[in-house]
Formats: sequence, C-alpha cells, structure tokens
Amino acid sequence: MTAVAHDVPHGLEHATATGLDSRKLAIWTFIGSECMFFATLISNYLVNKGRSLVGPFPHEPWTSPSGEHFKPILEIPLVTLGTALLLFSSLFVVLALSGAQRGSRKALVGWLGATIFCGIFFVGMQVYEFTHFVHEGLTLKTNLFGASFYTLTGFHGTHVTIGVIWLLTLWILGLRGKIPPSKSLNLEMAALYWHFVDVVWIIIFPVVYLIK
Amino acid sequence: MEAHATTSGHQEHAHPRAAVYAKVGLILFVLTALEVGLYEFTYGEHAGPTASAIQPFFVPLLLLMSAAKFALVAMFYMHLKQDSKLFTGIFVFPLTIAAVIIVGLMILMAYHMWFARTG
Amino acid sequence: MATRVLDQHQVQTAAGYGEKTGLWSWITTVDHKRIGVLYGATAFLFFLLGGIEALLIRIQLGSPDNTFLSPERYNELFTMHGTTMIFLAIMPLSAMFFNYMIPLQIGARDVAFPRLNAFSYWVFLLGGLFLNISWLFNAAPDQGWFGYANLTSRQYSPGMNVDFWMLGLQILGIASLAAAVNFFVTIINLRAPGMKLMRMPMFVWMSFITQVLLLLAFPVITVALILLMFDRFFGTHFFVPSGGGDPILWQHLFWIFGHPEVYILILPAFGIISEVLPVFSRKPLFGYAAMVFSGVFIAFLGFGVWSHHMFATGMGPIADTFFALTTMLIAIPTGVKIFNWIGTMWGGSLQFRTPMLFAIGFIAMFIIGGLSGVMHSEPPADLQQTDTYFIVAHFHYVMFGGSIFGITAGAYYWWPKMFGRLLNEGLGKLHFWLMLIGFNVTFFPMHFVGLHGMPRRTYTYPAGLGFETLNRIETVGAFILGLSFLVFLINVVQTWRKPRNAPADPWNGATLEWSIPSPPQEWNFAQIPVVHGRDALWEVKREQGRTALPEPARVSGAGIHMPNPSYWPLVSAIGVTAVFASLMALGHDKAGAWLVVASVALLFFGIYRWAFEPAG
Repeated sequence: MTAVAHDVPHGLEHATATGLDSRKLAIWTFIGSECMFFATLISNYLVNKGRSLVGPFPHEPWTSPSGEHFKPILEIPLVTLGTALLLFSSLFVVLALSGAQRGSRKALVGWLGATIFCGIFFVGMQVYEFTHFVHEGLTLKTNLFGASFYTLTGFHGTHVTIGVIWLLTLWILGLRGKIPPSKSLNLEMAALYWHFVDVVWIIIFPVVYLIK
Repeated sequence: MEAHATTSGHQEHAHPRAAVYAKVGLILFVLTALEVGLYEFTYGEHAGPTASAIQPFFVPLLLLMSAAKFALVAMFYMHLKQDSKLFTGIFVFPLTIAAVIIVGLMILMAYHMWFARTG
Repeated sequence: MATRVLDQHQVQTAAGYGEKTGLWSWITTVDHKRIGVLYGATAFLFFLLGGIEALLIRIQLGSPDNTFLSPERYNELFTMHGTTMIFLAIMPLSAMFFNYMIPLQIGARDVAFPRLNAFSYWVFLLGGLFLNISWLFNAAPDQGWFGYANLTSRQYSPGMNVDFWMLGLQILGIASLAAAVNFFVTIINLRAPGMKLMRMPMFVWMSFITQVLLLLAFPVITVALILLMFDRFFGTHFFVPSGGGDPILWQHLFWIFGHPEVYILILPAFGIISEVLPVFSRKPLFGYAAMVFSGVFIAFLGFGVWSHHMFATGMGPIADTFFALTTMLIAIPTGVKIFNWIGTMWGGSLQFRTPMLFAIGFIAMFIIGGLSGVMHSEPPADLQQTDTYFIVAHFHYVMFGGSIFGITAGAYYWWPKMFGRLLNEGLGKLHFWLMLIGFNVTFFPMHFVGLHGMPRRTYTYPAGLGFETLNRIETVGAFILGLSFLVFLINVVQTWRKPRNAPADPWNGATLEWSIPSPPQEWNFAQIPVVHGRDALWEVKREQGRTALPEPARVSGAGIHMPNPSYWPLVSAIGVTAVFASLMALGHDKAGAWLVVASVALLFFGIYRWAFEPAG
C-alpha cells in the first residue's frame, strides 16, 4: 500500500529508518491510542460503581419500592465460558499467524477459523446476556450500572465484532491462497488488534464481573 | 486442544513456537480458573469460613492475576518479548498515562462525592 | 540514476513541475504537499469565519446594554468562535505545516500512508461543514466550546445545537487521530539515512510530540462525547444528578483532553519559531537537547494539570494544591524554551524580515500569556480570575499571540517553498505592525476589565460598572486586527499574480526543504539525501565553503515511483460523516436506526475498496 520509493539499491526500496514495517508500527500506535479510549470507559465504570440509585444491581439482590424482587443480575458461569473462549482465540490466531508465516495454508485457515468461531461465540454470548438483562429489567436508562455496563461492554463487543469481520475477510483471502508468507503482515496486524481486544477483556472481566 | 497436522515441511521449525503458545494458553486458562475460583470462595456459593479472611486480599490478588494474563498475552502472543523494544514503548507509555488517568479520576471523584455528602 | 534533468523550456510547463492539473487531481490527490495546501486554504477560510464571529462579539460588547445581538445569538457566536478557532483554524493550520514540511524536513518522498492522509483532510473538511451547517438550521452550538454538563443535557438544551457540536467534534476527532497515527509513523520510520532523532529539525520534534498528545488525548474526549450522546439520545444519566450521575465528571473528562489540547495548539508554533529564529539570526538553535527534553516533559506533565481548570468547583485543598504544584512545574520547561529562543538570537546577525518579526512578536506575546497563566495556577488568585476576562486575555495571548503569530511566521517563511513566490516584504511588515498593535489593543485591556470583575460568556454588561471605555477600545483593536488580515489577503492575491520563480533557498535555510526547487516536484527529492548532522543544509554549505548552493535542477522523475491517486479516502470520509449525521437524525427522531446502518455500510464499502485497491 505504501509506495515511498527511494532510488536506492535494489532490495532496499522499502528501507525504513527503524528497519520495521510502517504498517506494524501503525497498528501498535493505534492500539496505544485505544488504551486511552478503554481506560476512559473503564474509569467511567469504576467512578459510577456502587452509585446506582435503583437496582437491579450487579452483585446484590434488590427489592423495588413497588415490591418487585431482583436477583443479582450478573451471571458468572456463562461469561467465564466466553472469557475462556476469547483467551483461547488469542492462542488460535497466533497459531494461524505462525501457519501463514511458514506458508501452511491449512494451518492458517484452520486456526483462523477456530479464532473466528470463538469470536462469534463471544459476541453471541454478549447479545444473549444483553437481551436477558433487558428482559430482567436492566436497560441503559435504568440506573448508572446499566448505563456504564452496557456502554463499556457494548463498545468492547463492537470492537470484537469489527475484529471478527476483519478476520473473516482475511480467512476468505487465506482460503483463496492470497496470504502467502510475504503478505503475512496483513494477518499479523489483525492478530495484534485481536489480542488487544482480548487484553481489554482481561481487565473488564474482573472489574465488572468479579469485583463487587 | 488437539493440534492440526500441518502439511508444510517446516514442522520442526514451527513446533517450538507452537509449544510455547500452547503453554501460555494453558497458563491463561488456569489463571482464569483461579480468578473465578477465588471469587466463588470469597463471595460465591462456595464461600466458606475462610471467606472473610480472604476478602481484604481479594481485589489485589485479582488484579495481580489479571495483570499476569495481560503481560503474558502482550509478551508472547503479541510478540513484544521478541520484537523491537520500540513496540513495547509504544504500548507501555499510553498504558502508564491510562493508569494515571484511571487512578486520578477515581481519587478525585471519590473525594468529591464524599465531600459533597459530608462537607 | 534514472531521472533526467530538465531544460528551461521543459521546466516551464506544468508537466515540467511534475504536476497533475484539474479539479479531479485535487479530489483524488494523495500528495502530502497538495493535502497541505488543501488544509491551509480550508483552515484559513474557517479562520476568517471565526474572525467575523469575533468581530460580531466585539460589536455587541463595544457598548453597555447593547442589543445588537440577542443573548441566544451571542451564545452561539462565542461558542462557534472558540470551537472554530481551535478545531477548524489553529489545528488544521498546524496540519498544513505537518503535511507540507515534515516529509521535506526528514528527507522523505511522502508520508507513511498517503491515502490515510487524504482521508484525514476530507474528514476535517466534512466535519467543519457539519459543524457550520448548524447555522442554516438556526441551531448553532451555544453551550460554550467546553460544553459543560448539565447545561448540555436534553432537559436544558433540547434543540440540535449541542448535538451539532457533539457529533461534529467526533468527526473532527477521527480526522485528528488518523493524521496522528500517520505522522507518528512517518517521523519514526521515514527519516532519511543519517537523520537520527537528535538531528531532526525542531519543527519535526515538536510536531512529533504533538502527535503523541493527539493520540492520547483525543480518545478521552471521544468517550466523554459518547457519554454525552448517550445521555441526550438514549436516556442515560452519566451527567444527570437525578439519575445518580455527576456533572463534575464531564469537567474532569473534558479537561483531561482539554489541557493536552492546548499543548497540541502551541507546540507546532514552538516548532516553527525554533526554525525561523536560527535562520534569521544566522545562528543554530540554542540548547537543542534542552528544547527536545523540555518538549517531552511538557507533553508528559500536561496530563497531570487538568484540574487547574476546575479550581472553582470545590475540589478541596489537597486536589487544589496538587494541581497548583503541577501547573507551576510545567512553567519551568516552558521558561527553558523562552530562554533558549532568546539565547538563539543573542549575538546573532539578526535579519528583520517578516517571518522574523512575527517570531519575535511570538516570544513577547507568549511571555505575557505565560505570565498570566502562572497567575491562574494559584487557586486563591484564580478564584478571582476564573470566569472573568482575565482568563480571556490569557488564552488569547497564548493562542493568538502564540499559535497564530507562530503560524503566521511559518506562512511567510515557507510561502516561497510552497508556492514558488515570495510574499511582499512591505505588506508583510505592515501586516505585522497592524496585527501586533491590533492584537494588544484588543486583548491587553481585558486583563484589567477581568480583574475589575467583568464576567466571561455574558452577552452584555450594564453601564456604570466602569467597563465601557476599555471595551470600546478592545472593539477598535479587534477591527485593526481584522484590517491586518485584509493586508495579508491583499499580499496573497498580489503575490499570486507574480511568476513562480522564487529561489529554492531565499533565506539561507538550515534544513532540507531548502535544498529542493520551489515549489518541490511531486517526488520531493531527485535523490534521497544522506544526512551528516543537525542543520543538515548548513552542514552541506559549510563543507562546500559557500553560503548559497546552486539552484537545484528539476528532473523528469522517471524511475521514481509515487503512490497512485485515489478517491476511496473521500468516499470513506463521506461514510464517516454520514454515520454521525444519521446519529443526529436518530437522536431527534427524524430517521430510524436503518439510516445509521446504511451509513456504516457505506463506510465499510469505502474502506474495503480502499484496502483492495491495487497498490500504487
């Protein structure tokens, strides 16, 4: 994509000042910026923690003034499964990348497919969770917990979804043999983004689900 | 998890790396299990007589385990350990500022809310 | 070498300049120089718009109990003046120089991601238009450029005014973030051989630090605006007390962005001055390393001072003290820079050409602005100063006296390189003196009316409080200031008619951009230079024992591979704007979510076509 050519000796056309590929630098730079994005969302969640005026609450039961009973709304087992799958998806994508770098189309397609499956499952789990919570009486408007929870996990889920679309595109390219070792950087960039999204969840999971 | 058989002739070259990745994956899984287990033993249905003793250590332990998972993914899956230190710098600097912001906001807003109620 | 030197006849044709012509070539350009010109022209138009808004404000405030403007219109004008000057004028004017000069100064042929560069410009243009289309809806933003909650809640601002501001800033934020990634990578990765970090021109260093600030600060306001949007469109209560939320949270989030933002506004000007002063003092920059490290220190510490904008909100003595200390601390590296600029001039052979006049003016004005800033850092003193014209004086001294003077210095300095013509010296000097006088007549009295109690953001003041005379003087000053820009416009128009024959190096410059023709050919350098030291061009001249190098030849460019033009950045930019416009429609029940989905689809379409476009 970048065509900053130099008239330098053949083989050194894309020589960079650091010897590193500009696109890899770019994705890391973007990831650095995204750290601040999620830090702000997480701060907002933490600042509002425990300050909801009404329930349902994440870890405590609540009885509304009209006498309606609400259990603690978070369900750890399902989310733990999703968390584990997201973690494994990081393993799968790095195995896919390794396959791409060695020229093994089978490893690339197989492991990348597994990654995508885990990603889709995670998003599906979140959609189920959100739907279930709304059914149980927790919406964006209900209280600060609802607002902060849906915003934080919703934006994270959006990032996962974009990641799934990106990986799916690469998967189709991989199937068609369009990701030889010389183009493995395309997958590496997506993989780095995917790992970052996983790493953000590594923080969100305990902060939201495990810490009362 | 079963590894797929690869058709490439570079198998020997790949396996050491794949083995490291798999090991890290296992540790991540174990750490997650420990996190959830700790929660269950401290606050969940399995909370026993030791629960109240654990409680003051709960958050620090949890954050420690999360930090370990974070570092493992960053170092091994995102290849920070073996790549140019420039990438580590590009990642760590924003993380530092992010930590400052999170802590700063929490302190300022907590004090503000306490002050607003009692001041 | 595969490129051919062109003869005089060949050079005269546009093709000889290596230029494409026509509107389509501008729409599909990925050339950093063209994109720079687009940024500059667009930003200058917005600057004039912001200036007109200021003049209207000054007319209203020229007399007590004035009815020239209604309170509502006044609120719109000061909000749009601030928002326009910060986001649509100063930042993109700086971007003009980032775009044009960074690749030239580091010896590169373009930025790392030319299409992403074009995308940033188009998103900026569309964001600026989005913000200003609000005038046509009679719903221009009116909540102040800082949008404090809970004035911005649906309850107290039911119209579309806040939404134009909220969504417009999101669009502009995307432009800034994309450009920041681009320039960050460009500076790290595309430096010519031998151009070590500590050999880079100071403008490149200050710009580099600015990109880091952009990358770290903009995500914070992105989230703040998202939370505001959720409050306004989806009924959340992040900033609404009745739902458990807290308006103070907005102030924190906004200023965590807002303070780094002011360094984003000033650092490029610091960089420009650090280029101009050495050239027109015929002396290298004094204390290069100290300038670099003080810049880095300012950027880092800039994230630790934000609540000095909140001294009047009752944070308590500990928070007040903490932020007072960090704010005072940040004055130190700034002071280091000022002394180093003076040290650069000291003992130099001073050439008082127009760029130099603006640079010296910058130092003087910025010192005044910095001094009032340090006065604000004392919470007890700030309790009197805050929300008065004393603050208005401060930030105009640093943003106009600082950023605008600096950018103007850069304009006169780099004009010959960008446009192949030198601006008229006589008109330039007239511009300078009118601007200096007009600026000080407008803003210096504000220190006094402010301390006497005239509040900010208020559409009028009663007679008999002693504000009348100074306000009238300030209004006269504002028109003198406006006149100075008229002089500049005349200079530009007159200069445009001259032939494009400026020399490559009219000022005896120190940096690489002066080693190539004015204006440069598309590929910048016939041969990528190898750098041996700081002030690379002076180094070369010294080695050759001459003060002027022969005029560089224009070459045919054969064998130099440049990226292809593309319209997908523009399509993607339209997609981005469509997403936010459709959110606006959704938030005011004028369209359903389907429109948002369709806009996202358009955005994805643009991005996919961009990604799969055959490589240039």
